[in-house]
Amino acid sequence: MEALGSLIHGFGVLADPMNIAYMFIGITLGVLIGVLPGLGGANGVAILLPLTFSMSPTSAIIMLSCIYWGALFGGAITSVLFNIPGEPWSVATTFDGHPMAQKGHAGEALTAAFTSSFFGAFVAVLLITFLAPVIAGFALRFGPAEFFAVQLLTFCSFVGMGSESPFKVLSAMMLGFALAAVGLDSVTGELRMTFGSVELLRGFDFLIAVIGLFGIGEILLTMEEGLAFKGKSAKINAKVVWETWKSLPRYWVTAIRGSIVGCWMGITPGGATPASFMSYGLAKRFSRNRQNFGNGEVEGVVAPETAAHAAGTSALLPMLTLGIPGSPTAAVLLGGLLIWGLQPGPLLFVEQKEFVWGLIASMYLGNIAGLIVVLTTVPVFASILRIPFSIIAPVIVVICAVGAYTVHNAFLDIVMMLVFGVVGYVFKKLSYPLAPLVLALVLGDMAESSFRQAMLVSQGDLAIFWSNPLVGGIVTLALAMLFWPLISTLLRKRQSRQDGGTHAIPVK
Amino acid sequence: MEHGTQNNDPVVSNRTMEIVVAGLFALVALVVMADSIRVGNGWGADGPKAGYFPFYVGLIMLVSSLATLAVNILRHSGERTAFVEKQQLGLVLQVLVPSVVFVILTGFLGIYLSAVLFIAFFMHWVGKYPVRTILPVAILVPAVLFVMFEIWFLVPLPKGPVEAMFGF
Repeated sequence: MEALGSLIHGFGVLADPMNIAYMFIGITLGVLIGVLPGLGGANGVAILLPLTFSMSPTSAIIMLSCIYWGALFGGAITSVLFNIPGEPWSVATTFDGHPMAQKGHAGEALTAAFTSSFFGAFVAVLLITFLAPVIAGFALRFGPAEFFAVQLLTFCSFVGMGSESPFKVLSAMMLGFALAAVGLDSVTGELRMTFGSVELLRGFDFLIAVIGLFGIGEILLTMEEGLAFKGKSAKINAKVVWETWKSLPRYWVTAIRGSIVGCWMGITPGGATPASFMSYGLAKRFSRNRQNFGNGEVEGVVAPETAAHAAGTSALLPMLTLGIPGSPTAAVLLGGLLIWGLQPGPLLFVEQKEFVWGLIASMYLGNIAGLIVVLTTVPVFASILRIPFSIIAPVIVVICAVGAYTVHNAFLDIVMMLVFGVVGYVFKKLSYPLAPLVLALVLGDMAESSFRQAMLVSQGDLAIFWSNPLVGGIVTLALAMLFWPLISTLLRKRQSRQDGGTHAIPVK
Repeated sequence: MEHGTQNNDPVVSNRTMEIVVAGLFALVALVVMADSIRVGNGWGADGPKAGYFPFYVGLIMLVSSLATLAVNILRHSGERTAFVEKQQLGLVLQVLVPSVVFVILTGFLGIYLSAVLFIAFFMHWVGKYPVRTILPVAILVPAVLFVMFEIWFLVPLPKGPVEAMFGF
């Protein structure tokens, strides 16, 4: 019950009225970011990160994490009202949310979406509160080999769990590692891949990459689709909210299942998007109203929203305890920690108690604040969406440019941002995943240094990764993940041969 | 996807684009490996050399991009699907080209004035708005940014001769 005591202390940190103010600013900005095309959780936080350099780390992380919660809430608004997912993880919400809005039940759909988001996040925060100190305590005994093993597992999970071609996942990931290696090598002091250029000495900053890949890339994609926002209007009043709340407890099984799926996918870097689809699929399979799914079933809104929010929140658990983010946005927050001079990982729970527990306490309050903000301000945000894209697009490009410049006060970064934007557009269209690229760019230096340290300990012998059951288990699991696409194809082939030798199974 | 009109003509097929991108990946991988060999990819006197880790990064990238390349060369299914249609490419360039000009202008005029010009031009060209709609947006957005960054957060953004005239 030590966690409870620490949590109460954490709420004490929040008693500072400035922190509460930052929380509300963060939530509002977050919803705005979630609603606008081209600005999402990851690049929204990346753009605003430089503004927080002058704040205390605790206030800064509270504001930035609240932007993240806000973005998670905001994605639901566009999905339900406009049938346009503001964020990838709210795609599944459009399946039933938008049909509800078309039938004139937009208020119910939004209330259900926000409330189940809140529920999912709450379960994930509870999990963080009680599990994080345990994991951190356990991880304190980790050596470099163990850390590299966990990082290996993170990256291999992308290959094993991603829906994209494993070769493309690997290519994108290795590009991230290669970009991370550019510049001065901190161990030997040698210059790597700078080719005599002074500008490349600093290396590639992941914030620039995130703003370009997600921000500019998304604008180009949105423009290509030639979107015209035609939305349903939202009427939310106390009566609708109350009526919906009364009906929601019926879906408790779906909500709990969604939360569990979400927490699992968030901690392993599956991410919020697959979690929401998986939860929707499960709900559809087990629901009594199966036929009504896709035509405006409340359960079809509850399922993906609980999972997406639970995944988004629990992605912070491995970031805080192991220094390994579970999602691109968590990766940006982790980059923030590094900039503020905090070393993410198990030591954070020992050395920066106030910071960690202030953050965890702010997750509770932030989500309550988020629920209140979105329920009361939906019409305002919906009207922002009615602003035509030809006004929004240049404004967002300008904001992205400002964000890219402020990272290092370097003009070249704005140019890099545009280049990353085009790369992001092409990658998205050819389904090269962006998340492993960003994560590799953030974690590249850390992964490399833990690998080197492990190699130093063992004098270059790879057997160190099987030197004890813990590290051996993780590495073996990681390799299983890495070769999972191959294993599953072989298994399927064998299965189909046993089924009578028909070759009807399409090879991916 | 195909409606028979000229605007839907594919500019580049998916297969071509896949091959080009995979080829570029392989090229980057070779550069990474070559540079890693230059700084040393082996074992130095005090542990692994600087190129030790990036060399394998490059190697994995090379192998996986060659695999993608092979898959797409052998399989012709992506031939008929368009990576981008003519009309789509036009729309994308409508954003991309002004954005590039905006970034170049930023180098000379500073970010605020370039933003005014960029937003005004885009709204006029793509949105076909009347001047009375364009002016408030094109002036207010950069003005808000100016107040927020230069005055409130004290974060300097690139400024040009016009700001210098006002003493910033």
